[in-house]
Amino acid sequence: MSEKKYLIQDIQLTEASDVLSRVRDLKAEGYRLVQMCAAAIAKDKTYQLTYSFDKDHVLLNLRIIITDGVAVESITGEYWPAFIYENEMHDLFGIEFKHNALDYGGHFFKVSEPTPWKNK
Amino acid sequence: MGKRTIIPFGPQHPVLPEPVHLDLVLEDEKVIEAIPSIGFIHRGLEKLVEKREYPEMVYVIERICGICSFGHGWGYCHAVEGVMKVEVPVRAEYLRTIWHELSRIHSHLLWLGLLADGFGFESLFNHCWRVRERVLDLFEETTGGRVIFSVCKVGGVRKDMSKEQLEKMSQVLADLAKELKSLTDVFLEDVSVKNRLCGVGVLSKEDAEELCAVGPMARASGVVQDIRLTGNGVYEDLGFEPVIETDGDCYARCKVRIREVFQSIELIRKAIKIIPEGDISVPVKGKITGEFITRMEQPRGEAVYYAKGFDGDDASMHLERMRVRTPTNMNIPAMVKTLQGCDLADVPMLVLTIDPCISCTER
Repeated sequence: MSEKKYLIQDIQLTEASDVLSRVRDLKAEGYRLVQMCAAAIAKDKTYQLTYSFDKDHVLLNLRIIITDGVAVESITGEYWPAFIYENEMHDLFGIEFKHNALDYGGHFFKVSEPTPWKNK
Repeated sequence: MGKRTIIPFGPQHPVLPEPVHLDLVLEDEKVIEAIPSIGFIHRGLEKLVEKREYPEMVYVIERICGICSFGHGWGYCHAVEGVMKVEVPVRAEYLRTIWHELSRIHSHLLWLGLLADGFGFESLFNHCWRVRERVLDLFEETTGGRVIFSVCKVGGVRKDMSKEQLEKMSQVLADLAKELKSLTDVFLEDVSVKNRLCGVGVLSKEDAEELCAVGPMARASGVVQDIRLTGNGVYEDLGFEPVIETDGDCYARCKVRIREVFQSIELIRKAIKIIPEGDISVPVKGKITGEFITRMEQPRGEAVYYAKGFDGDDASMHLERMRVRTPTNMNIPAMVKTLQGCDLADVPMLVLTIDPCISCTER
């Protein structure tokens, strides 16, 4: 462990329609799902979704950019634990995921107002 | 097929210090399925980046959790330092590593106490927490705080440790190790304890990998995964190697944490011997732009910190997005898997052995 692996910031921009096939490939290569997160970009009213994967302690990130109303294909078929992140993004940002294996239907977080972190 | 019953477990339950809910689908006394519900106390702390400038935000991030608060503060600073391309002085990295490993000792001792309480061994619970107080005393002497320290800042640390403080810490930890030996022997050798832990809630290596488990949960199943191997802190100087067990049951998870307590003591004592003199921080000023994603090995496992500043002319003293993914988030799927097929009476042990931190999860 002579290198500082955390300095490797590999973020690959991907089309939303390709994300599932990219994730499928990463799973086949032995990558572990680390996290998924959304960022609401107020300037252009978009959402930046980052999917992080780990192999041999090095991160690889897929990045997709979507607008309101675009439903993203769920990756729970490949990585079941992704249901946590997809429900979180749905409840906080209002991002829709198609074919989520464990869809809480907007009841994952008890929020005082619906989708509080959505672009206004 | 026996009669199916659904039993609600939590959000208030004697083994749960914080609210999480499980719908346990039972067939006679066996759990067939467990459906988790979280989100009862989601605080939305990440959203506060809009109101707090990036140097102040460390105080908010530290308050995500009262057990691993130092690690959260370090993880946040690490992400911001990555964005700002700041090189932290080596002495500060040593001090951070020492406080972080002290946090691991106190977190694992707290957990061992909760586990003992869970299987009804009250005197063992009291002894674990009594010993843990001495670690909190070390925090108080070196940082001024016992729970929230506010000692980590972007660019380094706020307080140094004197030679006398470091020597005293080394001696206290050496004494602690001797005392802990008699306590941990009870966890590892006592028949009644082994009856509750051995062979219960087995998570195979394949399942741990498939379910993306992290921390002691993964390492107890033979997965070599520890973020201290990624080059952060001074773990490389200390010759760090992760603790691995292979049985994957509650006993293995307990054993990993016990071995990690002794390992952390050795890491700290080694760091005290070789800590270099020098500055403890560098000034970090100006607007923040760009992004950085980093990880920390918290006591409960891998935590992720993502910091993103506004782009171009919009750059300011505020981050556009701060994201923390905590270890419990990632261990809930593995917990649900191990619950399938277990006895109802073992559910509390299984839930406890992932060391759930709902406060972290509901950041």
